Amino acid sequence: MKTENQKAWLFVLPVLALVAFNALIPMMTVVNYSVQETFGDNVFFWQGLDWFQQILRSERFHDALGRQFLFTFLILVIEVPLGIAIALSMPRKGFWVPVCLVLMALPMLIPWNVVGAMWNIFTLPDIGLLGYFLNHVLGINYDMTQDPVAAWVTIVTMDVWHWTSLVVLLSYAGLVSIPDAYYQAAKIDGASNWAVFRFIQLPKMKTVLTIAILLRFMDSFNIYTEPFVLTGGGPGNSTTLLSIDLVKIALGQFDLGPAAAMSLIYFAITLLVSWLFYTLMTKDDLN
Amino acid sequence: MAKITLSKLRHSYLPNPASESDYALKEIDLDWSDGGAYALLGPSGCGKSTLLNIISGLLVPSDGKILFDDKDVTTLPPDQRNIAQVFQFPVIYDTMTVYDNLAFPLRNRARDEATVKTRVTAIAEMLELTEMLNTRAAGLSPDTKQKISMGRGLVREDVNVVMFDEPLTVIDPHLKWKLRSKLKELHQRVKATMIYVTHDQTEALTFADQVVVMQLGEVVQVGTPVELFERPAHTFVGHFIGSPGMNILPCALVDGAAHFADQAIALEGPINGSPEGKTEIGIRPEFVSLASSGLPATVTKVSDVGRHTVVECTAGGERINAIIEGQAPEKGATVHLEFRRDQTRLYVDGWLATTAEEAMA
Repeated sequence: MKTENQKAWLFVLPVLALVAFNALIPMMTVVNYSVQETFGDNVFFWQGLDWFQQILRSERFHDALGRQFLFTFLILVIEVPLGIAIALSMPRKGFWVPVCLVLMALPMLIPWNVVGAMWNIFTLPDIGLLGYFLNHVLGINYDMTQDPVAAWVTIVTMDVWHWTSLVVLLSYAGLVSIPDAYYQAAKIDGASNWAVFRFIQLPKMKTVLTIAILLRFMDSFNIYTEPFVLTGGGPGNSTTLLSIDLVKIALGQFDLGPAAAMSLIYFAITLLVSWLFYTLMTKDDLN
Repeated sequence: MAKITLSKLRHSYLPNPASESDYALKEIDLDWSDGGAYALLGPSGCGKSTLLNIISGLLVPSDGKILFDDKDVTTLPPDQRNIAQVFQFPVIYDTMTVYDNLAFPLRNRARDEATVKTRVTAIAEMLELTEMLNTRAAGLSPDTKQKISMGRGLVREDVNVVMFDEPLTVIDPHLKWKLRSKLKELHQRVKATMIYVTHDQTEALTFADQVVVMQLGEVVQVGTPVELFERPAHTFVGHFIGSPGMNILPCALVDGAAHFADQAIALEGPINGSPEGKTEIGIRPEFVSLASSGLPATVTKVSDVGRHTVVECTAGGERINAIIEGQAPEKGATVHLEFRRDQTRLYVDGWLATTAEEAMA
């Protein structure tokens, strides 16, 4: 008979306890709030799924969700091709490799609220380097506190600046793992640069790119700090993304029930999209 | 298909090579005739891959010229030389089917689909890949992948030369033999010039009509497998080819005769010129036998390798291997060794310095 060693559970327990305390239990309290109404003093009234219904039907939620998808879509469409392009043009060996890698990693090392504050100052129309340059040198009317388009351009540019490096570094890791023989064989086979990219580089980058896109999707879909510091969701509600709206409902209006329901819906969407994407991308490898 | 001429070829990976040792390839002059099966044999780091990359155009040599049918191609890139190369590790386009992999070199050259189909079908037939033409190439075994790489090399009907860079390295031993004979068969069918780079003497000797042996960036000998075995032009060839390799024994010349361990050793024929420098006797273990008289030696090791026995002896402070059929002596026994005269040669500074008697007659 096969003896099974149950000692392994001992090693899992600490992790389980940790996850329970920082994720499972807080999440259950959210579930708890999402189905009840409270007026404080720990007095709760059962609400059933009313909050969920209310959120799903609210125009405010639809708008925020729309903005959220637009934001995520824009940054993915810019960051992924740009990241691949930068990775392709980086040197594969020699003195400049570490220089490029460090330069690439720099934006990612800056804390998120600092990034928001930096870009806020950077884009101030009168004293910010970029704001002043656009308004007073180029004569373009640019003020992200007034103009929704300017605000959008700014938050998207900021995210591209902050996170393209992640795509670059992951793609680069995929690229350097391709043996020279592949390039030599492609040369001999008469492959064009595009064919080399399409049939050698892209397939070899696929796994890391999947991870990169997944990370960028999750991060950008849940983004809060940077746009909050930069625009505070404005002008108006034009850059109020889901998380900003959620915080407004939860901590601004103290509507804990709807906020809890909204965060569960929010979480479910993130999970669903990530799962769908990952399943589709890795489907081929399983066969 | 073409004749390939290497003329005064030298290559250094350094920008400003100063001394001879800076060169990975030291002055190579070679002719590869059209349709021949060649092997480039040498230990790791001898420059054989460098030479191959120069022929394929992946490297431009520091000095010298490469001619394909008397046309200078020294600076042409690989895709304009019409060559094919199979690499050590199988190169496969993962996302494509086997068919698309084989068709890739033709489609890149804008051949029409009908031609592509005929060629791919023919090559797949030869390589026994027909049944898997529509499967994706990614999941296949290494030997199948290597067959696909070979197929991509052979699919163009007009290639000047197909080069193999240690193509069997990652193949399981029992499949190596199969692929090797497949390759030999392919050569006979397609009649393309083939150059096979390897450090494995068995691979080289079974594949090639002509073997080019390289050492430290130099061509040491070009010859048929039999010539390399029987008359190594250099002690390196004698030592590198054969298992075990040739016995190389330092000797002294006394009155024009070779002496080893105070015994005169009869050579295959007269010594060329008046040699100066390091003199050595070379004799293959196959031609050393045990006798009742001759060079006295002590047996130090006896290894039964199946078909025959390798007896390792010591004489005059040197190790001498003998290959013995039948009854082998005990370890520690004192024996007498006899060298077959027509296979005993003198090497001066590594190079062959005797002329065989029958050759003179």
